[in-house]
Amino acid sequence: MQAITIQEQDNDFRAEVERRSGQSMVECYQCGNCTAGCPFDFAYDLPVSKIMRLVQLGQREIVLSCHSIWLCASCKTCTTRCPNSIDVAKIMDVLRHMARESGHIKERTVKAFEDSFLASVKKTGRLHEVGVALGYEMRTGRFLTDIDLVQTMVSKGKLSIKPHSMHNSDQVAEIFKRFNGGIHE
Amino acid sequence: MHIGVFVCHCGSNISGTVDCPQTAKAAGEFPDVVYSTDEMYTCSEPGQESIIRAIKEHNLDGVVVASCSPRMHEATFRRTVERAGLNPYMFEMANIREHVSWVGRDKALNTRKAIDLIGMAVAKLRNGTPLFSERFNVTRKLMVIGGGVAGIQAALDAADSGIEVVLVERETTIGGKMAKLDKTFPTIDCSSCVLGPKMVEVAQHPKITLYAASEVDNVSGYVGNFTVQVRKRAVYVDWDACTGCGLCTEKCPSRKTPDPFNELIATTTAINIPFPQAIPKKATINPDYCLQLTKGKCGVCAKVCPVGCIDFEQQDKIEEVQVGAIVVATGYDLFDYSVYKQYGAGKLPDVITSLQYERLLNASGPTGGHVLRPSDGAEPKHVVFIQCVGSRDKSKGRAYCSSFCCMYTAKQAILTKSHLPDSQSYVFYMDIRSPGKGYDEFTRRTQELYGAQYIRGRVSSIHQHGSSLVVRGADTLAGMQVEIKADLVVLAVGIEPSRNSQKLAATLHISADTDGFFMEGHPKLKPVETNTAGVFLAGCCQGPRDIPTSVSMGSAAAAKAMVLFSNEQLESDPQVATVNATRCVGCYKCVKTCPFGAILESEDRWKNPKAEVLPTICKGCGICSVTCPHGAIQLNHFTDNQLLAEVNAICPLPTI
Repeated sequence: MQAITIQEQDNDFRAEVERRSGQSMVECYQCGNCTAGCPFDFAYDLPVSKIMRLVQLGQREIVLSCHSIWLCASCKTCTTRCPNSIDVAKIMDVLRHMARESGHIKERTVKAFEDSFLASVKKTGRLHEVGVALGYEMRTGRFLTDIDLVQTMVSKGKLSIKPHSMHNSDQVAEIFKRFNGGIHE
Repeated sequence: MHIGVFVCHCGSNISGTVDCPQTAKAAGEFPDVVYSTDEMYTCSEPGQESIIRAIKEHNLDGVVVASCSPRMHEATFRRTVERAGLNPYMFEMANIREHVSWVGRDKALNTRKAIDLIGMAVAKLRNGTPLFSERFNVTRKLMVIGGGVAGIQAALDAADSGIEVVLVERETTIGGKMAKLDKTFPTIDCSSCVLGPKMVEVAQHPKITLYAASEVDNVSGYVGNFTVQVRKRAVYVDWDACTGCGLCTEKCPSRKTPDPFNELIATTTAINIPFPQAIPKKATINPDYCLQLTKGKCGVCAKVCPVGCIDFEQQDKIEEVQVGAIVVATGYDLFDYSVYKQYGAGKLPDVITSLQYERLLNASGPTGGHVLRPSDGAEPKHVVFIQCVGSRDKSKGRAYCSSFCCMYTAKQAILTKSHLPDSQSYVFYMDIRSPGKGYDEFTRRTQELYGAQYIRGRVSSIHQHGSSLVVRGADTLAGMQVEIKADLVVLAVGIEPSRNSQKLAATLHISADTDGFFMEGHPKLKPVETNTAGVFLAGCCQGPRDIPTSVSMGSAAAAKAMVLFSNEQLESDPQVATVNATRCVGCYKCVKTCPFGAILESEDRWKNPKAEVLPTICKGCGICSVTCPHGAIQLNHFTDNQLLAEVNAICPLPTI
C-alpha cells in the first residue's frame, strides 16, 4: 500500500461518517474488541478495527472500496463490546450506504439481495420470499442458489406464490418515498 | 553442645519438593543435634514460640533453622533465639528454599541436598562463638545529595522534624529538572508555582544548610557517623556578599555562553543567574567563557558589582561534614538521542528534545513562552511528537520504559494547542502508558478535547524539505506507512541515571542495577533503603519516577532517616574482622586490601607492628582474612574454622 500523507487525509469523510452515524471517531482507542468478536472476520479483507482506524485517518477510497463493509451482518457484536460505547455496526452501515452512493460496490450479490429485499417490501409492504428469491436470481443469474432449501420451505409453507396480504401497505410505500433520496436506487 | 534443628515447610514452597519430615529426622542424626522437628511456617508466631519452647525444654544452646534465604528472616530468628536467652549469633540458617526447593524438581535429590545444607549449618554452629554488639552514638544530621524535587522534599520533611539537614546540589541552583518545566501533568498547574515556594522554604529554613555548586567527593564512616567531603566548586563570586541584583549579568560582554538551564537552545552571559527564582539567587561565572578568566582582560562584572563580590582568584574548597544518614536524590539526565541517525542525530535544528520544548513553552524561557521554532523563529503549525526515543530500545542499551514520557508528551500536546490554537499535534507512540491517578483520562482528553492525533507506530526518518521537516513512519493500526510535513519535531527522550552516579555509588558503597539506577534494599518492602545502612534513595536516581512518586520517595526517605535518628545510640554489627595479635606479624597486607579503610597500622605495647580493626567501619566483607598469610585476621561468625567445618561436612574425609 502507498504511504498516507497525514495532512492530506480526507477529514470531510471522517466528519461525514461521524455526522451520519452519530458516533465520535476520536473515542476509538483501537483496543481491537470489535475485531476480536466479529463472526465474519474470516471473510473480511479489512478487519473492522482497521476500518475504524482508516476512517480516523480519513482514507475514503480504501474504506469505501473494501469488501468487509458488505459482508458485515450487522450482528452488533462489535457495538455490544465496544468499551467506548461506539456503535461500530452503525458505522459499518453508514459506510455501506456511502459506498453505494459513490458507486463502490464490491459485493454485487450482497447488493442484489438487499435490492431484492427492499423492492419486495416496497411493493407489498412486507417480505415476500418468492419475490425476493426471484428478484435476487434475476439480478444475479444464480438460478440454482439455495435450491436445496426449496423442499423444506415449501413443506413449512414459507414459499407462497402470492404475496402475503397486509393492511395499509401504502403507508410502507410512503416510508420509501420519504427516504427516496437516500439509499434505494 | 545442644543444637536444635527446625525444618520449615514454608507452606508448600519447600515441602512441595522437599520431604521435610524426613529431612528433620535425618538432621537429628548430626553430631550435637538433640532436637529436630519440622514446622509449617517457622517464621509465624506459633513457629517462633515452638523454637523458644524447644530451647527451654531441651536446654538448647544453638539453633539451626532450615528455611528461606537469610536475607528474608535471619534477623527474625536471631531475635527469637535472643528472646529465649541465647546469644543471637548462636543461630544458623540453612537456605533450603531459594537454594533447593525453588530450583530443583527431584524430591529425593532435593531432600538430600537439604540434609547436606543443614549438616553444613550444624557444623558451622558447632564452631561458632557468641558475639556481642557495641553501642555507639548517632550524629543527628542528615545529608541530602541532590536538590531536585525529591531531595527538596526529603530535606524539608527532615528539617521540619527538627533534624539538621545539609543539602548538596551540583548545579548553581536547586530545583532540578522540575524547575525547568512549564506545566505539570495531569492538572496543567504551573511547575514553578508549586516548586518555587518549596525552594524558598529550603533557603529560609533554619535547619537546612544549602551547598549549591557543590559535589560529594568522598564519604567515609558508617551508619550514624558518616564523614562527607563536599567540594564547593569555585564560582568566582563571593556568595556571602552577592545580593543577586543581576547588574553583572546585564553588563557581561560574553553573551555567547551556552545556557544549560535552557537546555542549550539559548545562550546566556558568562556571569549569570540561571533563572529568576533560582535558589540561591547568586551569580556564577562560567570560567570557560569569562573573558577575564580566559584572556585576562575584561573584569566588567567586578567594576559594576555594587558589593564587590567578584573574586577571580576563587578556588575549589573542600569542607568536611559529619552526618548520621544520607539521602541520595541525584535524579536523571536525558539519554543522548544523537545515536538515532534517523531523527537527524541532533543536526536538524527543528528536531528538539522534550526538555528543550519545555523551555520554549515556559514563560521564563528564552522565547518568553512563545512557541517559536529554533531554526527561523517561526510559529510551528504542525508539531510531531515522537515517543520512546531512547526508551524500550534494547539495541541502544535502554530496555526500560522511562515511565513518564507518555504523560509529558500528552501535556505538551495540550500546551501546544493552548499556545497555538491553529496548530495540529501528532504523537507517534508504541503504547500509551498512563497508570497514575487521572492519567489515562488525561491522555484521552489530549485526543478527544485537544485534537492531538495519536499514531501507533514508529518514525523511520526525518528529513529537511525546504523549511519543513518530512516525518516518515508507520501507522501499525492502519497497517500503512504515513508521512507528515512537520514544522517542529519534539522527541520524548528517555532518561538515564544522572552523570557521575556510578562514581557516587562507589563512594557510598551502594549498588546500581544493570541500567545504572541505584538499587533499593528490596524491590517491594525496602523501596527507599539501600543495602548500606544509613543511605536512602529518593526520586529518579532509583529508577524513572514522575513528580508525585519522587515527592513520596523524598518523604519516605526522610521518614527512614527520622526512624534512624530516633535512637540515641545504635548497635554495631559484631560480624566484623578481629586480629589475633599473637599471630599477626604486622605485614599490613590487610591494611592495603581493605576497601573501607577499616584497618590501621598499629602496634602492641612492645612496639611490635600489628594490624588493628576499627569495628565500626569494618563492613565484614572478609577480604582481609583471605589476604592474611597467617590466618591472624578472622571475620567473626565466618572464621576459617567455621568455613572449613562446613566444607568438611559436605566433603567428608574418605574412611580408609
